[in-house]
Amino acid sequence: MAETGTPNAARPAERPSRPRVGLFVTCLVDLMRPSIGFAAVKLLEQAGCIVEVPEQTCCGQPAYNSGDRETTRAIALRTIAAFEGYDYVVAPSGSCAGMIRAHYHELFADDPNLARRADELSSRTYELLNFLVDVLNFDDFGAEFDGEVTYHDSCSGLRELGIKAQPRRLLAGVKGLKLVEMAENEVCCGFGGTFAVKYGEISNSIVEKKTANVSASGAGTLLAGDLGCLMNMAGKLSREGKPVQVRHIAEVLAGMTDTPPIAAAPPKGRG
Amino acid sequence: MTAQPTSPQFKQNATRALADAQLQRALGNVRQGFIEKRAAVAAKLPEFEALRDSARDIKNHALEHLDIYLESYEKKVTEAGGHVHWARDAREAREAILAICRKAGAKTVTKGKSMISEEIGLNAALEDASITPVETDLGEYIIQLRNEMPSHIIAPAVHLNATQVESDFRRVHNHLDAARDLSEPVQLLGEARAVLRERFLAADVGITGANFLIAETGTSVIVTNEGNGDLTQILPRVHIVIASIEKVVPTLDDAAQILRVLARSATGQEMSVYTTFSTGPRRPEDADGPDEYHVVILDNGRSSMLGTAFQDMLRCIRCGACMNHCPVYHAVGGHAYGWVYPGPMGAVLTPSLIGVDKAGHLPNASTFCGRCESVCPVRIPLPKLMRHWREREFERHLSPATVRSGLAFWGFFARRPALYRLATRVAMAGLGWLGRDKGKFASLPLAGNWTDYRDFPAPQGGTFQSQWKQRRQGAAK
Repeated sequence: MAETGTPNAARPAERPSRPRVGLFVTCLVDLMRPSIGFAAVKLLEQAGCIVEVPEQTCCGQPAYNSGDRETTRAIALRTIAAFEGYDYVVAPSGSCAGMIRAHYHELFADDPNLARRADELSSRTYELLNFLVDVLNFDDFGAEFDGEVTYHDSCSGLRELGIKAQPRRLLAGVKGLKLVEMAENEVCCGFGGTFAVKYGEISNSIVEKKTANVSASGAGTLLAGDLGCLMNMAGKLSREGKPVQVRHIAEVLAGMTDTPPIAAAPPKGRG
Repeated sequence: MTAQPTSPQFKQNATRALADAQLQRALGNVRQGFIEKRAAVAAKLPEFEALRDSARDIKNHALEHLDIYLESYEKKVTEAGGHVHWARDAREAREAILAICRKAGAKTVTKGKSMISEEIGLNAALEDASITPVETDLGEYIIQLRNEMPSHIIAPAVHLNATQVESDFRRVHNHLDAARDLSEPVQLLGEARAVLRERFLAADVGITGANFLIAETGTSVIVTNEGNGDLTQILPRVHIVIASIEKVVPTLDDAAQILRVLARSATGQEMSVYTTFSTGPRRPEDADGPDEYHVVILDNGRSSMLGTAFQDMLRCIRCGACMNHCPVYHAVGGHAYGWVYPGPMGAVLTPSLIGVDKAGHLPNASTFCGRCESVCPVRIPLPKLMRHWREREFERHLSPATVRSGLAFWGFFARRPALYRLATRVAMAGLGWLGRDKGKFASLPLAGNWTDYRDFPAPQGGTFQSQWKQRRQGAAK
């Protein structure tokens, strides 16, 4: 892959037989869509992990990308402390896992002790799909899904963590699911965290191109591994009145598709 | 003077660009052509990634020893009979060039493509001195007729369509038959070629940029596809090269190595059509060449980037791959960036050259998708450098008040997990309840920049952490 030039997804040296995993659920999943967190727990437990959820907030990325280093450091220190002692830390997001893996070191570059603690956390931290495939080498979840899906490669996961093959390998194991690749699946959806509100008009122009590619694929369902991108794309598809269902890939892999898709109304007569 | 930057009005520029249907059609070509061609030519060269490392290392080495290589370059130019003029800023560069032109009694100056010429506002300065500048690169020629800035560093007229060019040619080339057929691009090309040929022959001075200055030989190098650069520098009596300090590389071999990634990254060609090496004026035994050979070397703020995080930016070889792969550039085009250098490289370089107080929007208007860095032939960490600018803005309180207060609010809770858990549980339960019927919000207070364009998905209600706790407590009973 000439375009990325990024390292392949990380692999660890050795692993315990029943690894103790601290789930870094990410603030967006915590607040907006807890079902993704429960899907991640189910997948990790199916793959033989003991999952725990320490008290947590955010990886600090919003502050980091807004240029506020001090706040970022304070949040990062909280995260480092919260996840001490786990064999692995796993997040259902390439963006947040990428923040810890690719950026925590630089935050503490001026303090060797803190830098060591940041590196120690980084070396144990994985994005969910990366962890399941490359660390646990586990891809048989016995899930079923009836229909065609298309997959958006979220930027941080793709370029910071080398996540490309893993979701496809996992989706290939879902009975009844057919993956239809859309054009430009490696192009940004226009979310970019605070970018989506700071430059809403430009963000809109970018996501319009994305939803056009999603529609053109003909797939009835859009999947990705990052809730931020999913909320952006789902919000646009909904505004455009396009009947594409949008979900996090973990929900499909875990067979937890009974919840309404992102930005969709619950079935009538419920709640 | 250089054109006044409109970078502070980036948002208004972007709004205008997004509403310009003609521009949006033209930008579609960037999204397709450049990307596919680069990918194909890179895939054909197994050592492409290794060459990118090598190009990065060569530029890093040259930057670490910039003083030595610039001095040795000057010595070699002088030995070959040429002259080097050092310019601390745009004004000094313009004055040096004007002095050479005046001494040569120049009336017409032909010009090869040069971004430094744009940076120092050279055409306006020449016109003020009653010297006619003639851009000879086809794209530059077109935008000169339109009195526009380039919208792309290697494809200056990429924002235009053929019909616009046709109407400009009909307007300006009014000595030609009004009934002539210009419906095909090749006819436009033929007409420009015929008009420019007369200008090449009439020119007193030729000005070109430089892709490299080679220290060991005193050679300047240009890469072109139209042959206009060669005619510009060989036909007139005087040849002036204008280049910035970071263009110097130690050896011919170094230049040859970087050439292998330059055209591939830029246009997806293995090599550009012409790669032209110039050393000094015409020697007695030469068949052709200028009588005088001058090099104007511009600093204009670059030396103050040395030794800072922004030194990495000085590796840039101006291929344009970053903007070709940038979703923001694809959306708004180059003019929205408001000064000479657009796209990701402009978002990092422009604040260094004109000040982050003027160009602060540029490093903020990025999704940090990282595609620019992934294609940069000299591996400049463009998102990281844009983030550095954001940090400087934050330190200097230049970030918008809404961003600062929103961030402070979020940061307060994100640092206090117990309070965060309580506040978010209540907030999400409320928001989830409000959105429970439709599963989304068509509008939300304080979120207009989102909901003007997209629905905001309603939260499921209740946070993961509170539900997890309940489940665990339930399981423990």
